[in-house]
Amino acid sequence: MQEAAAALDDRTVSSLELTQAALARVAETDGRLGAFLAVTPERALDAARASDARRARGDARGPLDGVPVALKDIFLTQGVPTTAGSRILEGYVPPYDATVVERLQAAGAVSLGKLNMDEFAMGSSNENSAYKPCHNPWDLARTPGGSSGGSAAAVAARQVFGTLGTDTGGSIREPAAFCGVVGVKPTYGRVSRFGVIAFASSLDQPGPFGKTVADAALLLGAVAGHDPRDATSSTRPVDDYLAGLEGGAAGLRVGVPREWFQEGLEPGVERAVRGALAAYERLGAKLVEVSLPHAKYAVAAYYLIAPAEASSNLARYDGVRYGLRAKASALKEMYAETREQGFGPEPKRRIMLGTYALSAGYYDAYYLRAQKVRTLIRRDFDEAFARCDVVAGPVTPTAAFRLGEKVDDPLQMYLADIYTIPCNLAALPGLSLPCGLHEGQGLPVGLQLVGRPFDEATLLRAARALEREQGPLPAPAGV
Amino acid sequence: MSLSLEEVRRVASLARLRLSAEEERLFQGQLSAILDHVKQLEALDVSAVEPMTHALAQGEVGALRPDEPAPSLDPELALAAAPAREGTAFQVPRIIE
Repeated sequence: MQEAAAALDDRTVSSLELTQAALARVAETDGRLGAFLAVTPERALDAARASDARRARGDARGPLDGVPVALKDIFLTQGVPTTAGSRILEGYVPPYDATVVERLQAAGAVSLGKLNMDEFAMGSSNENSAYKPCHNPWDLARTPGGSSGGSAAAVAARQVFGTLGTDTGGSIREPAAFCGVVGVKPTYGRVSRFGVIAFASSLDQPGPFGKTVADAALLLGAVAGHDPRDATSSTRPVDDYLAGLEGGAAGLRVGVPREWFQEGLEPGVERAVRGALAAYERLGAKLVEVSLPHAKYAVAAYYLIAPAEASSNLARYDGVRYGLRAKASALKEMYAETREQGFGPEPKRRIMLGTYALSAGYYDAYYLRAQKVRTLIRRDFDEAFARCDVVAGPVTPTAAFRLGEKVDDPLQMYLADIYTIPCNLAALPGLSLPCGLHEGQGLPVGLQLVGRPFDEATLLRAARALEREQGPLPAPAGV
Repeated sequence: MSLSLEEVRRVASLARLRLSAEEERLFQGQLSAILDHVKQLEALDVSAVEPMTHALAQGEVGALRPDEPAPSLDPELALAAAPAREGTAFQVPRIIE
């Protein structure tokens, strides 16, 4: 992305040429990959021409101006269909833009269209998309991860320079790890949720994907910051994420949670992650053992809290104001029939689970208890951060698994997020960075870094130090 | 822990979901397995722990916005995606039997 920005600045390439090349790459690869749910070439070419005109006038808006990007289909885009990967929103055209979409447009970025995802962001493999599966660019028989599978695959396959996704329990970091790209889940409240189709409101955070740490930092800087239209948006000023990026890792205290290297972690993943930790030591960082004793309860707490919030958020899909409406002669039947036809199995499963957890007689036993466990998980991190600057570990227990491998066993699918969920429950920033290839499988492995609240700058600096030390991954072989 | 079919039906009705007989049986098994996993939370003593009711720390959110009138979404835009409308209202099937 930085090379593209430099070439645009030097006028060695125009945004129109870059955009045409990106559209051609999508046309060539996406039949096999399935990263896009909708490509909008005319809008993209118009935006590219407008960018070139600004640049010709000397009005370029910065390093993103004219750069081809794409958006997870969870972000409302005025005039462009937005489905959240669900049949219940098939053909829905939003009347306004999400704040992050507005901000990317204001920075001049050129969106090529909307990216594939698990239905309502519920899933870890993109297989819950109601429209089509998305494939991993490293091996088309494997999942790109989810729920932002299209966002990670599009960057890994060099279709676009960067994308936006959302992360509720790992939906940015897990696909970033599986596809070998950089993904950042910001601190809760750092990036506006306005116009982002809601899944679990106390956990959802939008964030960037990039091929490099600098690309992710650039995109994060463009979309972060207070938004009066999101009542949970923080008023803290946004750091300049690029300014300190090359600061290195000397003196950095890297916390290694002992619980994240126990049973369940696949040996090939562990080797790559330990290799990254050793590289940090070479770079002058200090490894500190820390403990997150309650992290093992995170999946259980999450699968009460997130479905409870989802069951409430998804109540709005009732056939009244937008989306699918089933034919029925009375209102209650219309609701039930619309939701039966419109939702796929995963949203139904989570609506059922959440409704059960919130229903009379079960609230204290399930939801309230889970919210208390959430406090314990946050306290674990607070104690860890008294002794370290970042917490480092695996993103996922395995590298990308095969399509179809876990679809019939929801609980096994949920456990793929065992290392990513604690960070969401604790509302902290997290980042996934490629840390090499799995020795046996040749698939990318991700290193997860978790930071103090609103300390994305340290995460990005630490990630950049390792990226510089390791060098880039080879290009994925699958596309 | 095992959910009965009656409980599955009761929850589906609360959630305004019409499930097929096949879905009812599928969810009965799957939800029971998930609730079994969730049961491990009972091992923790949380009697003295405050629930985390807000994801943002106190002080992170600005003061409430001033209560001043401002334009809202144009009714025509709000109605543009309506499956059925009548004038400036969303039209729905009969409510009262």
